[in-house]
Amino acid sequence: MTTTVPRPPKRLSVRDRLLRLAETVTTPLLPEDYLDLVAPLRAGAALRGRIVEVRPETPDAATVVIKPGRGWQGHSPGQYVRLGVDVDGVRQWRAYSLTCPPDGADGRIAVTVKAIPDGKVSNHLVHRARPGTIVQLDQAQGDFVLPEATPERVLFLTAGSGITPVMGMLRAGLHTRADVVLVHSAPTAGDVIFGAELRALAAAGGLRLVERHTDVDGLLGVHELDDLVPDHAERETWACGPVGMLDAVEGYWTSRGLADRLHTERFRPTVISAGEGGAVTFTGAGVTVEADGATPILDAGENAGVLMPSGCRMGICYGCVLPLRQGAVRDLRTGDLTTAVPGDGVLIQTCVSAAAGTCDIDL
Amino acid sequence: MTVIQKKAVNPIAHLSAEDIEILGKELDAIRDRVLAERGESDATYIRKVIRTQRTLEISSRAVLLFSLFPPAWVVGTAGLAAAKILENMEIGHNILHGQYDFMRDPKIHSTTWEWDHVSPAEQWKHSHNQLHHTYTNVLGKDNDLGYGIMRVDEDQKWHPMHLGQPLWNFINACFFEYGIAAYDLELGRNLQKGRHKSPEFRARARAVGRKIRRQFLKDYLVHPLLSGPSFLSTLAATFTANLIRNLWSHSVIMCGHFPNGVETFSRTSIEGETRGEWYLRQMLGSANISGSRLMHIMTGNLSFQIEHHLFPDLPSKRYQEIAPQVRALFDRYGLKYTTGPLPKQVASAWWKVIRLSLPNRDAARREPVTPALASGAA
Repeated sequence: MTTTVPRPPKRLSVRDRLLRLAETVTTPLLPEDYLDLVAPLRAGAALRGRIVEVRPETPDAATVVIKPGRGWQGHSPGQYVRLGVDVDGVRQWRAYSLTCPPDGADGRIAVTVKAIPDGKVSNHLVHRARPGTIVQLDQAQGDFVLPEATPERVLFLTAGSGITPVMGMLRAGLHTRADVVLVHSAPTAGDVIFGAELRALAAAGGLRLVERHTDVDGLLGVHELDDLVPDHAERETWACGPVGMLDAVEGYWTSRGLADRLHTERFRPTVISAGEGGAVTFTGAGVTVEADGATPILDAGENAGVLMPSGCRMGICYGCVLPLRQGAVRDLRTGDLTTAVPGDGVLIQTCVSAAAGTCDIDL
Repeated sequence: MTVIQKKAVNPIAHLSAEDIEILGKELDAIRDRVLAERGESDATYIRKVIRTQRTLEISSRAVLLFSLFPPAWVVGTAGLAAAKILENMEIGHNILHGQYDFMRDPKIHSTTWEWDHVSPAEQWKHSHNQLHHTYTNVLGKDNDLGYGIMRVDEDQKWHPMHLGQPLWNFINACFFEYGIAAYDLELGRNLQKGRHKSPEFRARARAVGRKIRRQFLKDYLVHPLLSGPSFLSTLAATFTANLIRNLWSHSVIMCGHFPNGVETFSRTSIEGETRGEWYLRQMLGSANISGSRLMHIMTGNLSFQIEHHLFPDLPSKRYQEIAPQVRALFDRYGLKYTTGPLPKQVASAWWKVIRLSLPNRDAARREPVTPALASGAA
């Protein structure tokens, strides 16, 4: 708790007064705890959504259609939303790209999820989630979006579930405003998420689609782009896919001085095997855990029962940031070391930081 | 170890240090099995209990708006008392033990939960989870043994004040939540030693004051006012509901450690205590209540006090599941699993309060007759 200078008393609005009265009626709970029983999606409630449909796309991918609560503020094509899903009784948060146009029917939104091996949440959503289930939501975020002025020529480089933010842009009608080339990789034709829709769009002349089936043709080499899309250097490019692909694309674009024309979205952190580890103390919670050098501090805390703020779990949303009071942590993506001495409060992202020795986290 | 009943036979004399460690390992295995299964069903269960409790509370309070009519008064009071019992026992007590922290739901978490009780959750967690559960039944360390106002063991020193303890206990039962709040504040000790001026104590006392004020406002002013002409009868109804809740939780809690058959331990007996010995102390220091499923829910599954003390952070509904396994261990290791129906256990605990209000008949028997529990103790 911080102490603040006493503020001059503010005049309370009628609404605030009513709210205070309601709180005296329900204390120690809040009125919302009772309202949530009957109207979890009402305006003013913590943002949630109700799953209305789970539609299979490929054998291991499905589109989850969600009716968001009244507080949903909409999104821009290409953005993602964080979902809090209870899997085996444990709330798990993950970020998924929105694949629906921004002004979808009935105010519904959709994300398309690919089940990754051992993926707790993705497998749950694809194979086990049922309509009617309430999920927790955050407002849409992310800057993997088109600029205000639509570029004339666009190149999308995608692989696997990397197609999802791009699908959001296409469904919003991008292909009607720009010359679009999409180069997409998937193991087989059947693994192409939205395959039928993309091919129909290409057949109708909406975009040029280059499909790469890596089980047959092997991985796409970045140099092949010179032949596949000869004018790629003149195109504004958005790339989304596995880490290896993004690293290669970024290297290629940078080496040719085109870095400012490239936009990338990384869904999963590049996890490096950092050494060390150590005792992590969550000072406020009074909990100390031994964590190895590969376990994110977020996971270490959660496994010890500490209620951790969390977000995308991939280092992009900053929803899990906490002050490091002392000690050292290592960024699992880059291997960078961050240290703090007592008195410091260096903010670190707990989802991509692991203990690099003893450390105290202010929580 | 000192034994309340001064039995001629030391109840653990037949166990070797190795036996105790193996016993500990067997209990760890039970815990691991539950942890491996813990998940969806536990989350669904607590959400359902919370939903039921809230629905019961709202509807009872709604009925009490018309408490001028005697049937409404009776139904509303009974419903509200049941709701309050459920809230304190199966929901509050267990969530504050961290039994549902694994869900990672900020709404159902030991660090965010506040209960319908005048002792702030934070203070209660310290005195209960930390002190009582660590020092279970250790004389001089576990203040739950008589709450600092009563003598419930032969080895506690008699004082003329104890003559009145049946009365204190009755008053404490009626106003149990205030007793707990005072206990969590360590009011007696702090006032006696003049520590009440310390900023730390004052801050905690203020927190209790705030909580009391809010609880009072809700139960004895706002809801009666909302009832309009039924003001006084609603006031009486809420008072009665709180009284019933207090008497009930006091009874259940007395049954946990006071009935006949429960052992207590000397201060030195826990020096160098191993994990196996810690488990053994929890086993011997707690007592269960037998009964129906509804009865277990209404006691917050503290009817499985033994299982709860062995594994305080496992979801409470699991205690009933593992009770047969735990009991089999008691049998196999020749230990006494103290249990009985509620009336019997309550009577047993009350009899002890009454009996020990008088000094021990035979002072010589106050000498410890059994060896220390912990191998490291002298």
